[in-house]
Amino acid sequence: MAPPPEPPVHGRTPPDPMVPCVARVRRRRRDAPQVWTLDLEVDGGDGTKNFPFAPGQFNMLTVFGVGEVPISLSGDPAKPGCLVHTVRAVGAVSDALARLGPGDPVGLRGPFGAGWPMTEAAGRDVVIVAGGLGLAPLRPALYQLFAGRARYGKIVLLYGARSPDDILFRREIESWRRRLDIEIEVTVDHASSVWHGHVGVVTTLISRADFDPLHAIALVCGPEVMMRFAITALRHSGLDDQSIYLSMERNMKCAIGFCGHCQFGPVFVCRDGPVFRHDRVQSLLALKEI
Amino acid sequence: MDTAQQAVLTIDGLQILLDALRQRGYRVVGPTVRDQAIVYDDIASIDDLPRGWTDEQDGGHYRLIGRDDEALFGYTVGPHSWKKFLHPPLLRLWSAEHDGQGVRVVAEPDPDERFAFIGVRSCELHAIAIQDKVFLGGAHVDPHYRARRQDAFIIAVNCGQAGGTCFCVSMNTGPKAKAGFDLALTEVVGDSGHIFVVEAATDAGLTVLAEVPHRLATQEEADAAESVVTQTAASMGREMHSDDVHELLLRNLENPRWNDVAQRCLTCANCTMVCPTCFCTSVEDSSDLARAESSRSRRWDSCFTMDFSYIHGGSVRASSRSRYRQWMTHKLATWLDQFGTSGCVGCGRCITWCPVGIDITEEVRAIRDSEQH
Ligand SMILES: Cc1cc2nc3c(=O)[nH]c(=O)nc-3n(C[C@H](O)[C@H](O)[C@H](O)COP(=O)(O)OP(=O)(O)OC[C@H]3O[C@@H](n4cnc5c(N)ncnc54)[C@H](O)[C@@H]3O)c2cc1C
Ligand code: SF4
Ligand code: SF4
Ligand code: FES
Repeated sequence: MAPPPEPPVHGRTPPDPMVPCVARVRRRRRDAPQVWTLDLEVDGGDGTKNFPFAPGQFNMLTVFGVGEVPISLSGDPAKPGCLVHTVRAVGAVSDALARLGPGDPVGLRGPFGAGWPMTEAAGRDVVIVAGGLGLAPLRPALYQLFAGRARYGKIVLLYGARSPDDILFRREIESWRRRLDIEIEVTVDHASSVWHGHVGVVTTLISRADFDPLHAIALVCGPEVMMRFAITALRHSGLDDQSIYLSMERNMKCAIGFCGHCQFGPVFVCRDGPVFRHDRVQSLLALKEI
Repeated sequence: MDTAQQAVLTIDGLQILLDALRQRGYRVVGPTVRDQAIVYDDIASIDDLPRGWTDEQDGGHYRLIGRDDEALFGYTVGPHSWKKFLHPPLLRLWSAEHDGQGVRVVAEPDPDERFAFIGVRSCELHAIAIQDKVFLGGAHVDPHYRARRQDAFIIAVNCGQAGGTCFCVSMNTGPKAKAGFDLALTEVVGDSGHIFVVEAATDAGLTVLAEVPHRLATQEEADAAESVVTQTAASMGREMHSDDVHELLLRNLENPRWNDVAQRCLTCANCTMVCPTCFCTSVEDSSDLARAESSRSRRWDSCFTMDFSYIHGGSVRASSRSRYRQWMTHKLATWLDQFGTSGCVGCGRCITWCPVGIDITEEVRAIRDSEQH
């Protein structure tokens, strides 16, 4: 006799880690061309809507009938009832995700992975280097730094986008600028004459930023080439490899160590990362096609 | 009888053993001849077993040939492995029903069958133990694998001969079954008859054996069984110096030999499909036209495909050099970092079923030799 089918899955911890729970889109807003931020809410069931996560972790989001992709949590860890994801529409699943509207169901598994070293950052200067969409998984870290501001030294945010239009969370960045306890530098690759900020790659901002390399920790996220250059520049400024953290991106089909797709030499990016301390992956990063 | 003693079964006894398993509700699967190969499928009676057949194997070569005796297990391993039952090639994970109110996700129910595997070789027991680590040994457990694995009854067979591409001795995985089975048989075919010397390793094994006519093995019979495996161990088709292969490969990630093998490899993925430890999968979603139902399935995937490592705009491992390197270094090196065991049990399938006869033992040797020059 076949056992009866299991009841519908609600909540966040179904017995099968490959089965998503059902979340709903609460709000959707456009951040940049092709980039949308979705606020999700987990479908009750266990009475709570809380979904605790750590900065740098990600979820696997499903558009039913289309597919599932890894998307970082980009919201405030102190507000675990609202799950924020910022999605760039680049292909089948992310397009479908970005088109969802309020009330639409989203399959959700997570949170997965090792996040940013928030404990290690205490007492140190924190240098955040973000490229493009890389700011999204770093925003929860910024929220946490602001919330515990007194526990950290200087905070520096260096952010590079393709063009002024591509700058994510623009109004929020402006509000952060009004704080006097953070240095923010934004640069763009290309701009018209109305742009008065920096033009050039984000890595050039590193040498000019004000932090103490001997007591700083760096969090880096962006395209892999950008991260390589950023790491070179950070080391040049005097940071050691144990103080530089980066978030890796690999194809992922499970997020729990079963599918094999995210392998990067001996590590599974889904499980051992996505955030790695540089010295732990340095030798692999130096090789092509690993 | 207790687990320290060995018993003797006749061929008729073996049939009664299969019947006893079926009566207990097991789906009995084992080796059978199909399309000129020995594959694993449902076994109704001992007549389904490959009686009188053996296989000839070499790089890119597999052929069944008749034996001059009536041995039932006188072959080595074929293109199938037990992972096809424990970790099915295609498996639905869940389905979802959409209505006006929302979506209901229903997990795929557990299968309603228990397997009894007949004829599991020592290397294959090791392969199952390796997949146990992948699917049951980490922070997350795969309920689909567990459902198929936890109640499986395993009858091992000690190999009566080594295949042309076997190297279990090098990998410390055979040819004698030492753990991970309920019963282990050694087939002894000789002038004095055709018997199976049986060893029981678990209570389940003893219980089933108790239902089958058998007698205790004599010392001569036990010795004859032992010498079968000793002879097999001495006639391995291949060998690989494996103790330092982890370090060897990881310090040779840029060895020119990878270019050489890339010239030959067709990236057809045969090696990963036949390998009893390869576990990689992909998922596929589908929905009906009205979008009222959708589902997700998981299927075996291979690191030899371009899609496997695809991220925005390109594959991380675009060259066949990097894909062969990924496969071989995973099997023999990074697997150890990940799971504390090698990912290769020396079964030789990847060598036999490679259409161009690429030989993992030869590739290791070439890299090792290149360090000498
Ligand atoms: C840990 C992690 C966090 C991520 N966080 C975000 C985020 O916050 N916002 C965001 O917009 N994107 C994020 N991505 C990238 C996002 O997962 C891909 O853009 C997405 O998978 C593309 O899928 P697609 O079907 O739309 O595109 P297609 O180009 O059609 O992709 C086909 C398949 O390839 C794989 N794939 C393609 N690109 C990537 C990629 N960059 N990373 C991993 N797999 C990929 C996916 O399995 C996808 O289904 C993250 C990726 C990882 C690994
Ligand atoms: S790598 Fe080849 S020899 Fe090793 S277990 Fe897999 S198929 Fe068998
Ligand atoms: S090694 Fe042989 S079997 Fe494996 S992918 Fe290459 S050609 Fe195919
Ligand atoms: S995403 Fe499947 S193993 Fe990491």
